[in-house]
Amino acid sequence: MPEGKLCNKKPVSTREELDALLADSNGRQYYAEMEQLDVDSDALWATIQKTMKSRLKTWLEICAHCGLCADSCFLYTVNEKDPTQVPSYKIQSTLGEIVRRKGKVSNEFMRMCMDTAWSKCTCCNRCGTYCPYGIDMGVMFSYLRGLLHSQGFVPWELKIGSGMHRLFRAQMDVTVEDFVDTCQWMVEEAQEEWPCLEIPIDKEDADIVYMINAREAKHYPEDIVEAAILFHIAGENWTMPSVGWEMTSLAMFAGDWEACKMQVETIYSAMERLRPKRMVATECGHAYRATVIEGPYWAGRPDGKPPVECIHYVEWVAEALETGKLKIDPTKKIKEPVTVQDSCNYVRNAGLRECTRIIMKHIAEDFREMAPCKEHNYCCGGGGGFNGIGRYRKQRNIALKMKREQILATGAKLVVAPCHNCWDAIRDLEEEYQIGIKWSFLKPLLIKMVEVPPHLRPEE
Amino acid sequence: MYALLTGPLLWFSFAVFFIGLGVRVVLYFRGLDWRLDRVAYTTQLPYGLKGAWRSVYKWLIPFGTHSWREKPVFTLAFFVFHIGLVVVPLFLEGHVVMIRNGIGLSWPTLPQGLADFLAIAAFLAGVGIGIRRFALPEVRILTDFKDVALLVLTLTLLASGIMAARHTESYMTWLTLHVLCGHVVLLAAPFTKLAHIALFFCTRIQLGMDFGIKRGGMKTNFDW
Repeated sequence: MPEGKLCNKKPVSTREELDALLADSNGRQYYAEMEQLDVDSDALWATIQKTMKSRLKTWLEICAHCGLCADSCFLYTVNEKDPTQVPSYKIQSTLGEIVRRKGKVSNEFMRMCMDTAWSKCTCCNRCGTYCPYGIDMGVMFSYLRGLLHSQGFVPWELKIGSGMHRLFRAQMDVTVEDFVDTCQWMVEEAQEEWPCLEIPIDKEDADIVYMINAREAKHYPEDIVEAAILFHIAGENWTMPSVGWEMTSLAMFAGDWEACKMQVETIYSAMERLRPKRMVATECGHAYRATVIEGPYWAGRPDGKPPVECIHYVEWVAEALETGKLKIDPTKKIKEPVTVQDSCNYVRNAGLRECTRIIMKHIAEDFREMAPCKEHNYCCGGGGGFNGIGRYRKQRNIALKMKREQILATGAKLVVAPCHNCWDAIRDLEEEYQIGIKWSFLKPLLIKMVEVPPHLRPEE
Repeated sequence: MYALLTGPLLWFSFAVFFIGLGVRVVLYFRGLDWRLDRVAYTTQLPYGLKGAWRSVYKWLIPFGTHSWREKPVFTLAFFVFHIGLVVVPLFLEGHVVMIRNGIGLSWPTLPQGLADFLAIAAFLAGVGIGIRRFALPEVRILTDFKDVALLVLTLTLLASGIMAARHTESYMTWLTLHVLCGHVVLLAAPFTKLAHIALFFCTRIQLGMDFGIKRGGMKTNFDW
């Protein structure tokens, strides 16, 4: 069968196609069709010839097979040092083999590549920082994902995810109306306690435009209102766009580069329309990476920068605490041992290692570092899409073990996770292994301990 | 045979080595693409150069990076092996004399005792690296024929050089073998993994620029 009804080389382009995929329970039909999907070897080889230049070609060719990448990979460690989990082996036996065979590979081989690319690598880029040549297997796996996506070999959830971005410019089916209604409704509820609170939508020339992860609008809108309260207390002149408010990119996890471009261009046009001084991104790692680090290149911006200065939420909080915009009540600081999860996407890939330490200095009495930490920290265990793919749940649960050991070694009872993906992984970790920890974003913690200026205090 | 190998053929091998590696370096940098690699190489050049420099020098220092510090024994073997392979051929008296006779250029030389020591240490380190390759499952799974062949070639080059320097009865045999291996190394370098002699710097510069420009280098230096 050249192409299936659900599993094929075409990205989702209509609501009907998306609904058909969503109706397929656990992707059963989708994966059954995948077993019959033809590989278009000519197209695959043509793409490789067009897109695989110096960097990737040389990386594949000069790898000295020294094995220094092995121990840098948490998946190798938690899988009992299985040699097939050595990063170099994983990429050589998949992408390397496709290149050696000039794209002439079988359906079965492509499915093996899919399993490897999405269940044996979270694109955390840690191996790249341990290789003497600087060969970044995370970057190569991301490239391989793009090749696999173009041939239809992509996990069911990510086909849906990038389809959502194509149709709704959000990883979930949240329309402009849904989003604006959610903000209004949340603010109305909160106004009982915070009389002058607002979520200004589409305000031009504000100091800050705040952008989020669609899950906040869809599943926990209290996160949006918490952000609003903290901006309110800090006296920020801020806004959110009605269109272009969603920063995440499941399309990036899926390797759907066209959808990545569509998504990020929507965000950048919101920036250009509203002309804020800068953008503050919510507590999410991959959203920040997609919009701020990779996005400019998808959008073809030669300076590698988004249209306005963009900062992550941890940067805004650190700045607000240091400048006194937010003041912490010393009696309400966190007393119990607490640690922080450094998200790969804003620590290793965006240089934000100090902000969280500044924040912890202000809010915690007993802060404990994980080992290793900062840019050498391990992935939460669920990055790169791993968290959301049912087919690989078993492997993902094994992957959580590294974070379990790291957290247990700190003795911390609370893990601050300013990243949606890490937050999910740590929640699942507690559910799976029950090590007796709590986990939290920064916003709810800050709201509990921040001093409210007298004029903003609710009337008794 | 020896006269031929150290005569015109030697200059031919040198030419292949230098021109070949030069071409590879030029092709490497010409093939970088800011859109495909997603790194603003030229528009953010100052950040890129700073990142590149840090990426190269940190990795050239023994124990200079987290990776080197995590594997101290391998790191030691690695540096001893490479120092022997780079420093001895460049500064050995016999080699410098040969260059001077050939093209008139000359530079200071190593005392013979130190050269011997470095060469023997490099040989032993190389043997250690070879044993590691087969002893550790995570390295064995990656190892192929070419990896072994290159290591054997390099070890033969070192061993024959060490033996030739001892001026035993079989001096000429060792010397001829040594020169022959030298030719193979020079000729193979641009076309095999030996190209890392030059490409190591290229890929390290590239990743250094990546981290210097894009992955946080404008805010903090990456702690290699």
